[in-house]
Amino acid sequence: MATQRINWFKYAAPQRFHALAGALVPWFSAAAVLLTIAGLYIGLLRAPTDAQQGDAYRIIFVHVPAAWMSMVVYLAMAFWAGIGLVFNARLASMLANALAPTGALMTFVALWSGALWGKPTWGAWWVWDARLTSELILLFLYIGYMALHAAIDDTRRADRAAALLALVGVVNVPIIYFSVKWWNTLHQGASVSLTRAPSMAATMLLGMAVMALAFWAYCIAVALVRVRVIILERERSAGWARHTLEAA
Amino acid sequence: MSIYWNSVSDFIAMGGYGLYVWGSFGMALAVIVAEVLQLAARRKALSATPQRSTRVATGAAHEA
Repeated sequence: MATQRINWFKYAAPQRFHALAGALVPWFSAAAVLLTIAGLYIGLLRAPTDAQQGDAYRIIFVHVPAAWMSMVVYLAMAFWAGIGLVFNARLASMLANALAPTGALMTFVALWSGALWGKPTWGAWWVWDARLTSELILLFLYIGYMALHAAIDDTRRADRAAALLALVGVVNVPIIYFSVKWWNTLHQGASVSLTRAPSMAATMLLGMAVMALAFWAYCIAVALVRVRVIILERERSAGWARHTLEAA
Repeated sequence: MSIYWNSVSDFIAMGGYGLYVWGSFGMALAVIVAEVLQLAARRKALSATPQRSTRVATGAAHEA
Protein backbone atom coordinates (compact mmCIF):
# COMPACT_ATOMS: atom_id res chain seq x y z
CA MET A 1 0.00 0.00 0.00
CA ALA A 2 2.70 2.41 1.04
CA THR A 3 4.84 1.41 -1.89
CA GLN A 4 2.97 3.64 -4.29
CA ARG A 5 4.22 7.16 -4.04
CA ILE A 6 3.23 10.23 -5.91
CA ASN A 7 6.23 12.16 -7.13
CA TRP A 8 5.15 15.68 -6.31
CA PHE A 9 8.26 17.18 -7.83
CA LYS A 10 6.88 16.05 -11.16
CA TYR A 11 4.49 18.97 -10.93
CA ALA A 12 7.29 21.46 -10.39
CA ALA A 13 7.62 21.43 -14.20
CA PRO A 14 5.50 24.33 -15.51
CA GLN A 15 4.17 22.26 -18.41
CA ARG A 16 2.85 19.49 -16.13
CA PHE A 17 1.48 21.97 -13.61
CA HIS A 18 -0.30 23.84 -16.39
CA ALA A 19 -2.21 20.64 -17.19
CA LEU A 20 -2.84 19.77 -13.54
CA ALA A 21 -4.15 23.27 -12.75
CA GLY A 22 -6.35 23.10 -15.84
CA ALA A 23 -7.93 19.90 -14.53
CA LEU A 24 -8.48 21.38 -11.06
CA VAL A 25 -10.03 24.72 -12.10
CA PRO A 26 -13.55 23.39 -12.95
CA TRP A 27 -13.82 21.64 -9.58
CA PHE A 28 -12.83 24.67 -7.52
CA SER A 29 -15.02 26.93 -9.67
CA ALA A 30 -18.04 24.68 -9.21
CA ALA A 31 -17.36 24.46 -5.47
CA ALA A 32 -17.12 28.27 -5.28
CA VAL A 33 -20.46 28.76 -7.06
CA LEU A 34 -22.34 26.11 -5.05
CA LEU A 35 -20.89 27.22 -1.71
CA THR A 36 -21.71 30.86 -2.48
CA ILE A 37 -25.34 29.98 -3.25
CA ALA A 38 -25.58 27.93 -0.04
CA GLY A 39 -23.79 30.60 2.02
CA LEU A 40 -25.98 33.44 0.73
CA TYR A 41 -29.10 31.37 1.35
CA ILE A 42 -28.10 30.69 4.95
CA GLY A 43 -26.73 34.17 5.60
CA LEU A 44 -29.50 36.22 4.04
CA LEU A 45 -32.60 34.05 4.41
CA ARG A 46 -32.02 31.63 7.29
CA ALA A 47 -29.82 33.50 9.78
CA PRO A 48 -31.74 35.61 12.34
CA THR A 49 -31.43 39.37 12.71
CA ASP A 50 -28.81 40.32 15.31
CA ALA A 51 -30.18 41.59 18.60
CA GLN A 52 -27.64 44.43 18.84
CA GLN A 53 -26.68 45.32 15.27
CA GLY A 54 -29.90 44.56 13.44
CA ASP A 55 -29.40 43.44 9.85
CA ALA A 56 -26.19 45.47 9.44
CA TYR A 57 -24.34 42.48 10.90
CA ARG A 58 -25.04 40.53 7.66
CA ILE A 59 -22.00 42.33 6.21
CA ILE A 60 -20.07 39.71 8.19
CA PHE A 61 -20.80 37.11 5.47
CA VAL A 62 -18.59 39.07 3.07
CA HIS A 63 -16.32 40.90 5.48
CA VAL A 64 -14.91 38.03 7.55
CA PRO A 65 -14.28 35.60 4.65
CA ALA A 66 -12.55 38.38 2.66
CA ALA A 67 -10.46 39.41 5.67
CA TRP A 68 -9.43 35.80 6.36
CA MET A 69 -8.49 35.25 2.72
CA SER A 70 -6.50 38.50 2.63
CA MET A 71 -4.23 36.99 5.30
CA VAL A 72 -4.27 33.38 4.07
CA VAL A 73 -3.45 34.41 0.49
CA TYR A 74 -0.60 36.61 1.77
CA LEU A 75 0.89 33.69 3.72
CA ALA A 76 0.57 31.44 0.66
CA MET A 77 2.10 34.12 -1.58
CA ALA A 78 5.03 34.67 0.79
CA PHE A 79 5.52 30.89 1.15
CA TRP A 80 5.74 30.30 -2.61
CA ALA A 81 7.83 33.44 -3.12
CA GLY A 82 10.22 32.12 -0.45
CA ILE A 83 10.39 28.66 -2.08
CA GLY A 84 11.06 30.38 -5.40
CA LEU A 85 13.83 32.44 -3.83
CA VAL A 86 15.56 29.68 -1.84
CA PHE A 87 15.25 26.79 -4.31
CA ASN A 88 15.31 28.91 -7.45
CA ALA A 89 12.04 27.22 -8.43
CA ARG A 90 10.35 29.01 -11.29
CA LEU A 91 6.88 27.57 -10.77
CA ALA A 92 6.85 28.61 -7.11
CA SER A 93 7.59 32.22 -8.11
CA MET A 94 4.84 32.07 -10.69
CA LEU A 95 2.40 30.85 -8.03
CA ALA A 96 3.37 33.77 -5.78
CA ASN A 97 2.78 36.11 -8.70
CA ALA A 98 -0.61 34.57 -9.41
CA LEU A 99 -1.76 34.98 -5.81
CA ALA A 100 -0.87 38.66 -5.35
CA PRO A 101 -3.75 40.34 -7.28
CA THR A 102 -6.36 38.07 -5.68
CA GLY A 103 -4.97 38.78 -2.22
CA ALA A 104 -4.99 42.51 -2.90
CA LEU A 105 -8.62 42.34 -4.03
CA MET A 106 -9.59 40.35 -0.92
CA THR A 107 -7.90 42.99 1.23
CA PHE A 108 -9.76 45.72 -0.62
CA VAL A 109 -13.13 43.96 -0.13
CA ALA A 110 -12.35 43.50 3.59
CA LEU A 111 -11.55 47.22 3.96
CA TRP A 112 -14.53 48.34 1.87
CA SER A 113 -17.08 46.14 3.65
CA GLY A 114 -15.46 47.12 6.95
CA ALA A 115 -16.03 50.80 6.17
CA LEU A 116 -19.66 50.08 5.30
CA TRP A 117 -20.01 48.20 8.56
CA GLY A 118 -18.21 50.82 10.62
CA LYS A 119 -20.44 53.68 9.53
CA PRO A 120 -23.75 52.34 10.97
CA THR A 121 -22.19 50.67 14.03
CA TRP A 122 -19.37 53.07 15.06
CA GLY A 123 -20.54 56.19 13.25
CA ALA A 124 -17.32 56.38 11.21
CA TRP A 125 -16.21 54.95 7.84
CA TRP A 126 -12.65 54.78 9.04
CA VAL A 127 -10.69 55.02 12.28
CA TRP A 128 -6.93 54.70 12.76
CA ASP A 129 -7.38 51.61 14.87
CA ALA A 130 -4.67 48.91 15.01
CA ARG A 131 -6.77 46.31 13.14
CA LEU A 132 -7.81 48.69 10.35
CA THR A 133 -4.38 50.24 9.99
CA SER A 134 -2.53 46.91 9.82
CA GLU A 135 -5.04 45.65 7.22
CA LEU A 136 -4.41 48.81 5.18
CA ILE A 137 -0.67 48.10 5.43
CA LEU A 138 -1.42 44.61 4.06
CA LEU A 139 -3.02 46.23 0.99
CA PHE A 140 0.10 48.38 0.53
CA LEU A 141 2.30 45.27 0.84
CA TYR A 142 0.36 43.55 -1.96
CA ILE A 143 0.53 46.67 -4.12
CA GLY A 144 4.24 47.06 -3.32
CA TYR A 145 4.89 43.43 -4.26
CA MET A 146 3.13 43.82 -7.63
CA ALA A 147 4.67 47.23 -8.36
CA LEU A 148 8.20 46.05 -7.54
CA HIS A 149 7.75 42.96 -9.69
CA ALA A 150 6.44 45.05 -12.59
CA ALA A 151 9.29 47.57 -12.27
CA ILE A 152 12.08 45.04 -12.95
CA ASP A 153 12.45 43.84 -16.53
CA ASP A 154 14.33 40.61 -15.84
CA THR A 155 11.54 38.31 -14.63
CA ARG A 156 13.69 36.11 -12.39
CA ARG A 157 15.35 39.14 -10.78
CA ALA A 158 11.88 40.62 -10.28
CA ASP A 159 10.81 37.33 -8.64
CA ARG A 160 13.71 37.49 -6.18
CA ALA A 161 13.30 41.16 -5.26
CA ALA A 162 9.53 40.85 -4.82
CA ALA A 163 10.00 37.65 -2.78
CA LEU A 164 12.16 39.55 -0.29
CA LEU A 165 9.46 42.19 0.07
CA ALA A 166 6.79 39.49 0.53
CA LEU A 167 8.85 37.70 3.19
CA VAL A 168 9.60 40.85 5.17
CA GLY A 169 5.90 41.73 5.02
CA VAL A 170 4.88 38.43 6.65
CA VAL A 171 5.50 40.08 10.02
CA ASN A 172 2.36 42.13 9.41
CA VAL A 173 0.03 39.09 9.31
CA PRO A 174 0.25 38.14 13.02
CA ILE A 175 0.01 41.86 13.81
CA ILE A 176 -3.35 41.99 11.98
CA TYR A 177 -4.54 38.78 13.59
CA PHE A 178 -3.63 39.65 17.18
CA SER A 179 -4.19 43.42 16.91
CA VAL A 180 -7.58 43.15 18.62
CA LYS A 181 -5.88 41.47 21.60
CA TRP A 182 -2.67 43.48 21.77
CA TRP A 183 -4.27 46.90 21.53
CA ASN A 184 -7.49 48.38 22.73
CA THR A 185 -9.20 48.57 19.37
CA LEU A 186 -12.57 49.86 18.27
CA HIS A 187 -12.73 46.80 16.04
CA GLN A 188 -14.41 43.95 17.87
CA GLY A 189 -12.52 40.85 18.97
CA ALA A 190 -12.62 37.53 17.17
CA SER A 191 -16.11 36.03 16.79
CA VAL A 192 -14.60 32.62 16.21
CA SER A 193 -11.69 31.24 18.19
CA LEU A 194 -10.15 27.82 18.69
CA THR A 195 -10.00 28.16 22.45
CA ARG A 196 -13.55 29.12 23.35
CA ALA A 197 -17.14 28.70 22.18
CA PRO A 198 -18.16 31.04 19.37
CA SER A 199 -20.02 34.20 20.39
CA MET A 200 -22.58 33.83 17.62
CA ALA A 201 -25.81 31.99 16.88
CA ALA A 202 -25.27 28.61 15.20
CA THR A 203 -26.95 29.63 11.93
CA MET A 204 -24.88 32.81 11.68
CA LEU A 205 -21.74 30.82 12.30
CA LEU A 206 -22.72 28.21 9.71
CA GLY A 207 -23.39 30.92 7.12
CA MET A 208 -20.01 32.49 7.81
CA ALA A 209 -18.23 29.12 7.59
CA VAL A 210 -19.88 28.27 4.26
CA MET A 211 -19.05 31.71 2.84
CA ALA A 212 -15.46 31.32 4.05
CA LEU A 213 -15.21 27.99 2.18
CA ALA A 214 -16.72 29.66 -0.90
CA PHE A 215 -14.05 32.38 -0.76
CA TRP A 216 -11.34 29.71 -0.35
CA ALA A 217 -12.60 27.86 -3.43
CA TYR A 218 -12.83 31.10 -5.43
CA CYS A 219 -9.31 32.21 -4.50
CA ILE A 220 -7.85 28.81 -5.40
CA ALA A 221 -9.76 28.68 -8.71
CA VAL A 222 -8.83 32.20 -9.79
CA ALA A 223 -5.18 31.81 -8.72
CA LEU A 224 -4.94 28.57 -10.72
CA VAL A 225 -6.40 30.27 -13.79
CA ARG A 226 -3.93 33.15 -13.37
CA VAL A 227 -0.93 30.88 -12.84
CA ARG A 228 -1.84 29.06 -16.08
CA VAL A 229 -1.79 32.38 -17.94
CA ILE A 230 1.52 33.35 -16.28
CA ILE A 231 3.03 29.96 -17.22
CA LEU A 232 2.07 30.47 -20.87
CA GLU A 233 3.34 34.07 -20.83
CA ARG A 234 6.71 33.03 -19.46
CA GLU A 235 7.11 29.75 -21.35
CA ARG A 236 5.83 30.94 -24.70
CA SER A 237 9.16 30.28 -26.36
CA ALA A 238 8.88 26.60 -25.38
CA GLY A 239 7.36 24.30 -27.99
CA TRP A 240 4.51 22.98 -25.84
CA ALA A 241 3.37 26.47 -24.83
CA ARG A 242 3.39 27.62 -28.45
CA HIS A 243 1.27 24.63 -29.44
CA THR A 244 -1.16 25.35 -26.58
CA LEU A 245 -1.45 28.99 -27.63
CA GLU A 246 -1.93 28.16 -31.30
CA ALA A 247 -4.55 25.53 -30.51
CA ALA A 248 -6.62 27.98 -28.48
CA MET B 1 -39.79 34.87 1.68
CA SER B 2 -38.46 33.55 4.97
CA ILE B 3 -39.38 33.90 8.61
CA TYR B 4 -37.28 37.09 8.83
CA TRP B 5 -38.59 38.87 5.72
CA ASN B 6 -42.23 39.59 4.97
CA SER B 7 -41.66 40.82 1.42
CA VAL B 8 -39.01 41.45 -1.21
CA SER B 9 -38.92 45.16 -0.37
CA ASP B 10 -38.45 44.23 3.28
CA PHE B 11 -35.52 42.05 2.24
CA ILE B 12 -33.96 44.83 0.13
CA ALA B 13 -34.38 47.35 2.95
CA MET B 14 -32.38 45.10 5.33
CA GLY B 15 -33.96 46.70 8.36
CA GLY B 16 -32.76 50.14 7.23
CA TYR B 17 -29.18 48.97 6.56
CA GLY B 18 -29.75 48.12 2.88
CA LEU B 19 -27.16 50.57 1.57
CA TYR B 20 -24.45 49.14 3.83
CA VAL B 21 -25.31 45.48 3.37
CA TRP B 22 -25.84 45.61 -0.41
CA GLY B 23 -22.90 47.98 -0.79
CA SER B 24 -20.68 45.29 0.73
CA PHE B 25 -22.13 42.34 -1.19
CA GLY B 26 -22.24 44.41 -4.39
CA MET B 27 -18.59 45.45 -4.17
CA ALA B 28 -17.53 41.85 -3.55
CA LEU B 29 -19.48 40.80 -6.65
CA ALA B 30 -18.08 43.67 -8.73
CA VAL B 31 -14.50 42.79 -7.71
CA ILE B 32 -15.01 39.12 -8.60
CA VAL B 33 -16.58 39.94 -11.98
CA ALA B 34 -13.78 42.43 -12.76
CA GLU B 35 -11.08 39.92 -11.80
CA VAL B 36 -12.56 37.13 -13.93
CA LEU B 37 -13.05 39.43 -16.95
CA GLN B 38 -9.54 40.86 -16.63
CA LEU B 39 -8.08 37.34 -16.51
CA ALA B 40 -10.06 36.27 -19.57
CA ALA B 41 -8.81 39.36 -21.44
CA ARG B 42 -5.21 38.65 -20.38
CA ARG B 43 -5.47 35.07 -21.63
CA LYS B 44 -7.04 36.23 -24.90
CA ALA B 45 -4.35 38.85 -25.48
CA LEU B 46 -1.73 36.15 -25.06
CA SER B 47 -3.22 34.03 -27.85
CA ALA B 48 -3.69 37.07 -30.07
CA THR B 49 -0.03 38.19 -30.00
CA PRO B 50 2.10 36.61 -32.74
CA GLN B 51 4.10 33.68 -31.37
CA ARG B 52 7.47 34.86 -32.63
CA SER B 53 9.96 35.14 -29.84
CA THR B 54 13.68 35.38 -30.58
CA ARG B 55 14.22 31.78 -29.60
CA VAL B 56 11.58 30.59 -32.03
CA ALA B 57 13.20 32.66 -34.76
CA THR B 58 16.68 31.19 -34.13
CA GLY B 59 15.14 27.73 -33.92
CA ALA B 60 13.59 28.22 -37.32
CA ALA B 61 16.91 29.48 -38.68
CA HIS B 62 18.68 26.32 -37.50
CA GLU B 63 16.06 24.13 -39.06
CA ALA B 64 16.32 25.91 -42.39
